[in-house]
Amino acid sequence: MKASIIVFPGSNRERDVGRALEKAGSHVSYVWHAEHELPIGTDLVVLPGGFSYGDYLRCGAIAARAHAMDAVRAHAAKGGLVLGICNGFQILCESGLLPGVLMRNEQVRFTCRFQHLRVEQNDTAFTRDYARHQTIKVCIAHGEGNYIADSETIKRLENENRVAFRYCNEAGIIGGAANPNGATNDMAGIYSDKFNVLGMMPHPENLIDALVGGMDGLPLFTGLNRAA
Amino acid sequence: MTLKTEPAITPALVRDHGLKPDEYERFKKLLGREPSFTELGICSAMWNEHCSYKSSKIHLKTLPTSGARVIHGPGENAGVVDIGDGQVIAFKMESHNHPSYIEPYQGAATGVGGILRDVFTMGARPIACLNALSFGSPSHPRTKHLVSGVVAGVGGYGNSFGVPTLGGSVYFHPRYNGNCLVNAMAVGLAKSDGIFTSAATSVGKPIVYLGSKTGRDGIHGATMASQEFGEGAEEKRPTVQVGDPFAEKLLLEATLELMASGAVIAIQDMGAAGLTSSSVEMGAKGNLGVELNLENVPCRETGMSAYEMMLSESQERMLMVLKPELEDVAKAIFIKWGLDFAVIGHTTDTKRYVVKLNGEIKADMPIKEMGDEAPEYDRPHVETAKRAVIKATDIEPPVSNADALMQLVGSPNGCSRRWVWEQYDHIILGNSVQIPGGDAAIVRLEDGPKGLAITCDVTPRYCEADPFEGGKQAVAECWRNLTAVGGEPIALTDNLNFGNPERPEIMGQFVGCIKGIGEAARVLEFPVVSGNVSLYNETNGQAILPTPTIGGIALLDDVTLNATIAFKAAGEVILVIGETTGWLGCSMYLADICGQEAGAPPPVDLLAEKRHGDFVRALIRSKHVTAVHDCSDGGLAVAIAEMALAGNMGASIKAGAYIPHHAFYFGEDQARYVITATQAEAAKINTDAKFAGIPIMSLGETGGEALTLEGEAPISLITLRNAHEHWLPEYMSRK
Repeated sequence: MKASIIVFPGSNRERDVGRALEKAGSHVSYVWHAEHELPIGTDLVVLPGGFSYGDYLRCGAIAARAHAMDAVRAHAAKGGLVLGICNGFQILCESGLLPGVLMRNEQVRFTCRFQHLRVEQNDTAFTRDYARHQTIKVCIAHGEGNYIADSETIKRLENENRVAFRYCNEAGIIGGAANPNGATNDMAGIYSDKFNVLGMMPHPENLIDALVGGMDGLPLFTGLNRAA
Repeated sequence: MTLKTEPAITPALVRDHGLKPDEYERFKKLLGREPSFTELGICSAMWNEHCSYKSSKIHLKTLPTSGARVIHGPGENAGVVDIGDGQVIAFKMESHNHPSYIEPYQGAATGVGGILRDVFTMGARPIACLNALSFGSPSHPRTKHLVSGVVAGVGGYGNSFGVPTLGGSVYFHPRYNGNCLVNAMAVGLAKSDGIFTSAATSVGKPIVYLGSKTGRDGIHGATMASQEFGEGAEEKRPTVQVGDPFAEKLLLEATLELMASGAVIAIQDMGAAGLTSSSVEMGAKGNLGVELNLENVPCRETGMSAYEMMLSESQERMLMVLKPELEDVAKAIFIKWGLDFAVIGHTTDTKRYVVKLNGEIKADMPIKEMGDEAPEYDRPHVETAKRAVIKATDIEPPVSNADALMQLVGSPNGCSRRWVWEQYDHIILGNSVQIPGGDAAIVRLEDGPKGLAITCDVTPRYCEADPFEGGKQAVAECWRNLTAVGGEPIALTDNLNFGNPERPEIMGQFVGCIKGIGEAARVLEFPVVSGNVSLYNETNGQAILPTPTIGGIALLDDVTLNATIAFKAAGEVILVIGETTGWLGCSMYLADICGQEAGAPPPVDLLAEKRHGDFVRALIRSKHVTAVHDCSDGGLAVAIAEMALAGNMGASIKAGAYIPHHAFYFGEDQARYVITATQAEAAKINTDAKFAGIPIMSLGETGGEALTLEGEAPISLITLRNAHEHWLPEYMSRK
């Protein structure tokens, strides 16, 4: 598996996700946003967390117009895998690769905490190493993670089983106080219509180590590593 | 640009620049003539309290600053200590008190930005931030606004920059009503052969400006921070800088890339007093002269005068001396990161500090003398009167010790700080082995096996009661917190916050605290490698509590051998290491339950601290204990409650019969740790402690879903948790 992590000015979790990918056995390249092409043989593109361009204007809006994003769109159009985490999810929405938008958290504060998710299905390249409806512990760290789309889009996402993860509590019960930001239908991550693009607010890349919070994030990367 | 546009130098103008008449005379003598307007501005920027340490210097010199691990002590941007294997840690704490009171979000944000810059200027990549915050009474009309703005500002900067904010403290007391404290600490990791300093080393080398453009913000910020507040502090808003963490992140990456390229000879960040401080320091430390050509400075606004450019405190700027032959390499890096850069001067052999704008000389001063001949005062100081020791039997017991405990864990100063630290990204970088909520934070260093423990501590009410014991206690508690997680404390940074040093009683507090800090640092072999002094934290004659915040770091050779405060399993023995005499004077119990701030604070026996701490650390490293917690504010009962909540497991506690129960539960004797161990291990620990002459006492056993204090009704963990977690979010959401 060859993974290419796009680095924008203001990205700050590129090394975290690089570490997770390497731990899962993948080969990692860092690609500067001004590049026009991806490294030859790229299987997976990762848009990392951070505050690209300082989150000025609108989260992800400026990054979505970077040169490298044209190459990412072409890669996705050919069915290549794309993973956007946190700011990466925001960039995917802004660049048209995923529908909807991430609004300010309902409580209007940046929130960082450990967070449980329910894995909605395990038949995708991203979740094959999880069980269906498994509860996993990852973390969140964002101020704008409140996922919103028009009701048609939400209906389509639900009907096409394109919700990847939902916010839940430790016991796996969805919603309520377990939803940290007000996201529609407790959506923490969604797929594109071909299931080759995943955008998610939580950070699986920081939960790959028993000494540092837990290991529940690692299967996402080991699963991806088996994709190519 | 002609002299006509510049004001004439009058006594009133000199006074407005914060210079006393005798200081001005000294400056004139140094120049040998009347200064220009720009020179007056430069002098005020360099000789104010914040930049010159003129009231504190003679006392700071008494602190122990050396040790086997110390590479750079005070005087550089940050202290640097050796941690073996070719790695070093750079760290420092700095205050941003005055600006944060005026404009809390930007004041706190730029405080974080400034301290991060200090660390990466040394060549270290920041790995953790902490902060110690003090606010006025929760009922003061400004407090909520300040808490909300400061916490958002600290988070806003650190989160975007991409460093975990791993701990700190939040303290409320009416004495901070007119002056809040924002002390930010940053810790960075570097290779021992990759440390950079500010001394320019050879003549004729280009001085390069890197980072954001210079604007008119923050002019006279350092001078403002060297004065008390009166009415209308809000009017000083224009002196507060505006932070841009995005620019800082780019500056970090560009700086580290430049350093790796080999192009950097010397580097200095532009912090307080901006271009002035940084360029003077580069020349003076290298024993060289400096010539600046200000027309080359990247400016945000047109028509900026030399005076404005020299005094601006615009953020996210650096000054470097580069190797001329590598200028093209450097330029490519600047362009890649989209940062402004310009050659704005060069080093000379004249030992003069010459500032030109479009060829016209705006300042021409002797560079070394401006630093060396800066005023230095031995201000009059009176020792704080000793308070009488209050016997525990003279302090009213509560109706119920269980209710008193509930009140303490739910009080503004005793409740959970989750509302605060959940606004800080404490997980980024993936090395946070211990997050906020324990005795000290722990970060793993790269992929291990080493780790670093970090904390910052002070008990202002002890310092107010007895500056010497309070200073000792701040260092001892920091050392103890680091020890309690399994670390070997190696160095500290101090952030000394006090009132107006021109008042002998305030100066007395300062001198007393320094003596205490020095004594503790010597005995505990815990050298002071960096620090910051913030004076004039005073409004309308009311000073803050003396608050010498101590930030410490400790090494863990094997980060997996660390201890947390959480109870682990039922049926384990709870023990206290150290003697419990029931010292209630100056305690949290006396303040929060009895409403009295009286009596002498608990004395600190530094040799006992060392003995007990070394014993506990050895237990952690040999895996003989399952949980460890430092015993401090609120005594044994609060410590045990926190351990129970962290582990979600109850306990039954027996009180010692030799003193009143409330003194046993809430007394704040120092040098104590609460530990847990299996029954078999506990017996062995008991024997070993007695053999080593270390006081040890069994307190009870873990288990169940309630905390039961002997003679009291059980408190269910749910009730306890609600009390602990309730106050802060409720206070902050109250309209």
